[in-house]
Amino acid sequence: MQTTNANEEVNYLEYKGKYSGIWGWIFSTDHKRIGLLYLYSIAIMFVVGAFLGLAMKLELIAPGKTIMNAATYNATFTVHGVIMIFMIVIPGLPAVFGNFLMPIMIGAKDVAFPKLNLLSWWLYVAGVLLILTALLFGPGVPDTGWTFYAPYSFKTGTNLLPAIFGAFVLGFSSILTGLNFLVTIHRLRAPGMKWLKLPLFVWTLYGTAWIQLLATPVVGITLVLVSLERVFGIGVFDPVLGGDPVLYQHLFWIYSHPAVYIMILPAMGAISEIIPTFAQKGIFGYKALIISTMAIAFVGYLVWGHHMYTAGMSGTAQYYFSLLTFFVAIPSAIKVFNWISTMYKGSIKLDTPFYWAASFIFVFMIGGLTGLVLGALATNIYVHDTAFVVAHFHFIVFGGVGFSFFGAIHYWYPKIFGKMYDKYWANVGWIVFFIGFMTLYTPMFYLGMQGMPRRYYDYLEEFHGGNILSTFGSWIMITGLVIIITNLIRSARKGEKAGINPWGGKTLEWRVPSPPPLENWDEIPVIGEEESKYF
Amino acid sequence: MSEEKHHIVPYKTYLVILLVLLVLTFVSIAITNIELGELTVAGALFFATVKTFLVLTYFMHLKYDKPYIRIMVGFVFAIFLVVIIITFLDYYYRA
Repeated sequence: MQTTNANEEVNYLEYKGKYSGIWGWIFSTDHKRIGLLYLYSIAIMFVVGAFLGLAMKLELIAPGKTIMNAATYNATFTVHGVIMIFMIVIPGLPAVFGNFLMPIMIGAKDVAFPKLNLLSWWLYVAGVLLILTALLFGPGVPDTGWTFYAPYSFKTGTNLLPAIFGAFVLGFSSILTGLNFLVTIHRLRAPGMKWLKLPLFVWTLYGTAWIQLLATPVVGITLVLVSLERVFGIGVFDPVLGGDPVLYQHLFWIYSHPAVYIMILPAMGAISEIIPTFAQKGIFGYKALIISTMAIAFVGYLVWGHHMYTAGMSGTAQYYFSLLTFFVAIPSAIKVFNWISTMYKGSIKLDTPFYWAASFIFVFMIGGLTGLVLGALATNIYVHDTAFVVAHFHFIVFGGVGFSFFGAIHYWYPKIFGKMYDKYWANVGWIVFFIGFMTLYTPMFYLGMQGMPRRYYDYLEEFHGGNILSTFGSWIMITGLVIIITNLIRSARKGEKAGINPWGGKTLEWRVPSPPPLENWDEIPVIGEEESKYF
Repeated sequence: MSEEKHHIVPYKTYLVILLVLLVLTFVSIAITNIELGELTVAGALFFATVKTFLVLTYFMHLKYDKPYIRIMVGFVFAIFLVVIIITFLDYYYRA
């Protein structure tokens, strides 16, 4: 392979272009700087969302009012959900690591449309500000839950319109990122970088981009319809005017179920990069992992109704959705078996990214298996809208995306910042976080099975023990989070200088300096036939 | 990955398509004056489909693109169709 590593060129962190200071960042069209803009924006919102989650768990430490009343609790879980879903896990890995790494991984100098890429971030910021407007001004904080279900979403007297519009704008940001990634992967691969040589992280970004592009407009239009219903009473969803509120749920979940795969596919991609590096052998079942990625992306479109078993759908539709939901389990299981097979007989290096990847598999398995309980029609009816659903959801979305995100940041941190973090504190942060996570969410499975409903600030005395344990877990988890974030921030300033390839990674990003130069490559690399197996 | 020739579409073609789109828009509005019952929606969807086809073919250059691009667009419409069918199956069986 021919590569030029541009060692002499100034790196993207130190580069001074037309603008300086903060302007040099927020007007930069460099994919790496945009990736970091997303990282910082998402990190700030994550702290806010985590604080709200902590407040909710504190409220639930005892029955009755503890620190907030029912209305405040409703607003808190709504804002927590909107922030965590629309501002963090959906942009999440693609916006941060996809932006930063994908062009380098395919041997390109940037994404196909750098200005559009910057516009995506600006739209993200605009969406966030709009939603914050809904929280800080107007008649009251939205209290519908992050799903904005009809008919309550056009009946509530709270300040919902800016929140809906904000989610709409965030959707545009997501669509533009997806479009950019699709074109980049199709058009800007280095010579010799054939489809079956692409890194698995890039493949998952490709599958995700299709979902972003095709599913997001559905929710955009749906949110517009809710706004029109709210302002003009057009009667699409309002049963009083001849509309159908179940149609809202159909349209919402046509997007929002595939959105789960927007979140989880890149997370799986990052894990597929980390595990072979630390097992020190090639990935097992490269093609099977690609096929399963695309299969998840495709089948994920067709199973949205499993969120609606109790909404009043026809029995035939319920059977259909239940059956298809089980099909999603197959490609997901293929991925897990391939990761484990990659580790089998590998020479595993126990390092922080690997701990995160291994624990990802653990929590993802729990989330996946409890997902079968919810996918099956009969058992779903039993635990629908209970704490069980909240536990499952957090094992998949927070466990899946969160653990992968932390794994990814610890894996690519030396490349992104050119510094190495303190491994001891990184490992301490991981184990504390992991224990806190399990203590926080595991009791909620039990509480749900016992019949504790979700989204109530109060509960019966019989649920007290599980809730105390869960709240205690939230304190442990936050402690872990503080350790992790403190260590990463501190290391960016005081960490030891990182080499080009500290982990022994095989993909192209480990062949450019740490941190990478502005345009990644002096010369576009040419991928030789001998490098045919897998990057 | 490779350099490709770009097909230049003459302005006249764009103009003709624009006119056809405008005519179809007026026709789809005019047809609402005729009492067609349940076929009203079908009529509106028919004209919308023809207009979409023209936009994709000429304005979005599908006519001049490689087959795999057309296949990808076809795949998108297939998913769209499946999603609509599944949604309406619920309504069909709910009755």
